[in-house]
Amino acid sequence: MGPQHPSTHGVLQVKLKLDGERVIDARCVIGYLHRGVEKLAEAQTYAQYVPTLDRMDYIAAVSNCLGYCEAVEKLLGVTAPPRAQYIRVIMTELNRISSHLLWLGTHAIDLGAVTVFLYCFREREEILKIFENYCGARLTTHMFRIGGTQYEIYEGFQDQVRTFIKGFPQKVDEYETLLTENRIWIGRTRGVGVISGKDAIDLGVTGPSLRGSGVQWDLRKAKPYAVYADFEFDIPVGGVGDTYDRYMVRLEEMRQSTRIVAQAVEKIPAGPLMAKMSKIIKPPVGDVYHSIEAPKGELGYYIVSDGSTQAYRTRVRPPSFVNLQALRKMVAGHMVADVVAIIGTLDIVLGEIDR
Amino acid sequence: MAEEEQKDKQQTEKPAEPPKPPQAAEPKAATPKPPPPPPGAKPAAPSKPKGPAQEPWSSPLVDAIKERFGDQFVKAYSFIGQNQIEVKKDRIVEIMAFLRDNDIVPFNYLADETAVHWPKEEQFEIVYILYSFTKNEHVRVKTRIKEWEEIESVVQVWTTADWLEREVYDMFGVRYANHPDLTRILLPEDWVGHPLRKDYDIRLQDVEWVRKHLGIDSGQKYYVGEARDETTDYITPSD
Amino acid sequence: MEFAIDYVLIPFIKILVVFLVVSGVVAYLTLAERKVAAFIQVRLGPMRVGPYGLLQPIADGLKLMLKEDIVPSQADKWIFTLAPIITLIPAFIVLAVIPFGPTINILGRPVSLYITDLNIGVLYVLSISSVGILGIILGGWASNSKYPLLGALRSAAQMVSYEVALGFSIMGVLMLAGSLSLVKIVEAQKDAGYWYVFQQPVAFLLFFVCALAETNRAPFDLPEAESELVAGFHTEYSGFRFSLFFLAEYAGMIVASCMAVTLFWGGWLRPFPNVETFLGIPLHFLDLIPPVLWFAAKVVVFLYTYLWFRWTWPRYRYDQLMKVGWQWLLPIAMANVIVTAILVLVLKG
Repeated sequence: MGPQHPSTHGVLQVKLKLDGERVIDARCVIGYLHRGVEKLAEAQTYAQYVPTLDRMDYIAAVSNCLGYCEAVEKLLGVTAPPRAQYIRVIMTELNRISSHLLWLGTHAIDLGAVTVFLYCFREREEILKIFENYCGARLTTHMFRIGGTQYEIYEGFQDQVRTFIKGFPQKVDEYETLLTENRIWIGRTRGVGVISGKDAIDLGVTGPSLRGSGVQWDLRKAKPYAVYADFEFDIPVGGVGDTYDRYMVRLEEMRQSTRIVAQAVEKIPAGPLMAKMSKIIKPPVGDVYHSIEAPKGELGYYIVSDGSTQAYRTRVRPPSFVNLQALRKMVAGHMVADVVAIIGTLDIVLGEIDR
Repeated sequence: MAEEEQKDKQQTEKPAEPPKPPQAAEPKAATPKPPPPPPGAKPAAPSKPKGPAQEPWSSPLVDAIKERFGDQFVKAYSFIGQNQIEVKKDRIVEIMAFLRDNDIVPFNYLADETAVHWPKEEQFEIVYILYSFTKNEHVRVKTRIKEWEEIESVVQVWTTADWLEREVYDMFGVRYANHPDLTRILLPEDWVGHPLRKDYDIRLQDVEWVRKHLGIDSGQKYYVGEARDETTDYITPSD
Repeated sequence: MEFAIDYVLIPFIKILVVFLVVSGVVAYLTLAERKVAAFIQVRLGPMRVGPYGLLQPIADGLKLMLKEDIVPSQADKWIFTLAPIITLIPAFIVLAVIPFGPTINILGRPVSLYITDLNIGVLYVLSISSVGILGIILGGWASNSKYPLLGALRSAAQMVSYEVALGFSIMGVLMLAGSLSLVKIVEAQKDAGYWYVFQQPVAFLLFFVCALAETNRAPFDLPEAESELVAGFHTEYSGFRFSLFFLAEYAGMIVASCMAVTLFWGGWLRPFPNVETFLGIPLHFLDLIPPVLWFAAKVVVFLYTYLWFRWTWPRYRYDQLMKVGWQWLLPIAMANVIVTAILVLVLKG
């Protein structure tokens, strides 16, 4: 399945070994979108590097920003002030909803349900409007700075978020009426792309793909970062680990994110937006690893600093890269038409895989 | 919280109870108190002028490693609350298997595997970031290999190392022994050069490859194999 | 002279009228599809060409006709050209037996609102529709490319499988009406006093599902819409030849709707045909609407349902599709035939 393909969500080539209609083996060829993001880090200062990271997972750019800023803050030993943390959490959760909406739209349209795609984009439009009002950009947002956030929330921000939050759960229910009980949808997704919890952990799969297999692990609960510990939310878990379970997990995650935002937007504390730190970021010599729960999985940053203004080595641990390895195991024994469904359910972004 | 605990107990493979939200600015020494120190604690505000320093870390796990692989063990320390172990590379697969299967802290998940190039010391530092679901702990294991040496692949311990090691090979040129398929993953198959090495200038490009596959002259100033001209005309941020 | 008028002029005029009307409907069906899709998807659809996009089909037709004529180099040119024609012609020929209305008087002359009344009308329809499948196979083969061939074969296999169930589902109606002629089937519904859908609901549902599969429409449109490997039999077609395939698909939809209406929904009969009063309400006002319009209204409802289904449901995988056709629909159709036969025997003596 060549790199130019409507259903592979980016430039991905999958070489399938077929026996009639059944797939025996699958090899992924990636690297079409490699831009040398990790090498660029060595030529830019810490603050200069943040916009480059938006381009990695361009669908959920806010998470990339959050992870890197938190990693550098960890290295520096500063904590962003509470107001900044609350704004960060709200934006990151809205970002998670928008990423899942895009996933649902593209997954549904791959399997033939065209209308769901347009409904999801209608909702995503609302979120992107909020992003645009906040920082001026819809897709590659560069929202946060090392040490906090730069922009103050605009007037009407809380009302706009509240309006969105109020109407959103009904929309999720609407998607459910179209898909969840539909026997064609169930026929296409039940039993397709099954991966057990044990295999998933061995393969390094994280995020909703792991939770669909029954492993209840979410970095927001296991190692709370930002102010997630202040909020109440549940982690949805699937049963079997097939495509249908992952679909339900992501739908439920959208609802839980709504819950977090609803709690957060009520109690944004007053205070400064940036922590007190020097303008020139020179972290101490050493290294740090910090990971967050991006919409696609565990997004990790490993930064090695040599005491200068530029990082010595910045490593991004992309969730989609590791998740895509699982494709080989999930596809074996299925038909060709299911490969599209499985690629869709893994929720990959080539920008992140190739960096 | 209680409800979650109950839910936790009903599922398989639960992580440990999540730690309490890190309190601000409390220097946490990494010396052990039973149970092991909460991992990933927020770093303290640097009290020394040079910032946080490496503190030695000892725990039952470190003792077990020292016991079994005494000659391979180099040091174990903790930096800003993150625990690290450095070992030699000779029996790396056994050490990893031990880390995965031991009873004290079973690290059943390889979060990341990457490398750092230290040209002055003429070596690569291979970094493995491991995570234990049951004990909710991260640890970093580092080994050093000299250039052009081989290191054994840990694919048999965690399957996720497959592509991660391919990427390290692609970017750094580190060869892994016993890897099922050590080929370039991000760059094209016939690219020459390993970009993330420190001697690969950021504007370097495999001009031959570009000429062959794209049919154009890339116009880059430097290319692989040619010594870099000292008179550069671009500005770095440190200027 | 009478002969000439009755047997040459009038049929000729009828053919012309039917052809023009159906062509117009096919053209505007493409617009309707886009508009219905748009409204379901919370957007507007074509709006630029003409008021509310009403002249869009003309623009589309012009575009397709003026496009460059591309024939793949290794393709068999004659068959490549012939295939869409073979698909299109049967779709239009079938309309010759469909009754659009009863016999009415025009200028003092009784004119029957159907082109002809074959006493094997149903058989004619089924057999001519099967010819259309040949066009698809030829189109895929003549393109001289792996993927259209695979798509064509899949498409053909799907259509053939569902034809069996289609045939069985019609049998119940035939038993009730006692004739293969479509005109007589409508008359029989008039005599019975209600449409056959009320006596054969299962058969109707089966018929409609099979009709969806016959015309390669969602949710059975895998051979043409699954773009992961196979882009369908009409990959290599562009321009005028593609428009012929395109028209054939919509004409097929119209024919299937007309058949469903004629066999199950009373053709040109009004609701409660042949019944004077219902619960004491005289029903003469329903007669004010000419039968042709009743027919048209019912066909429109069916066409809308076709469009509605396409944009609401995901599509079946190929093996699931075949399974549904052979393991589910065929046994249900056969069971329906047996039950109907028993009931007819018992109730009609």
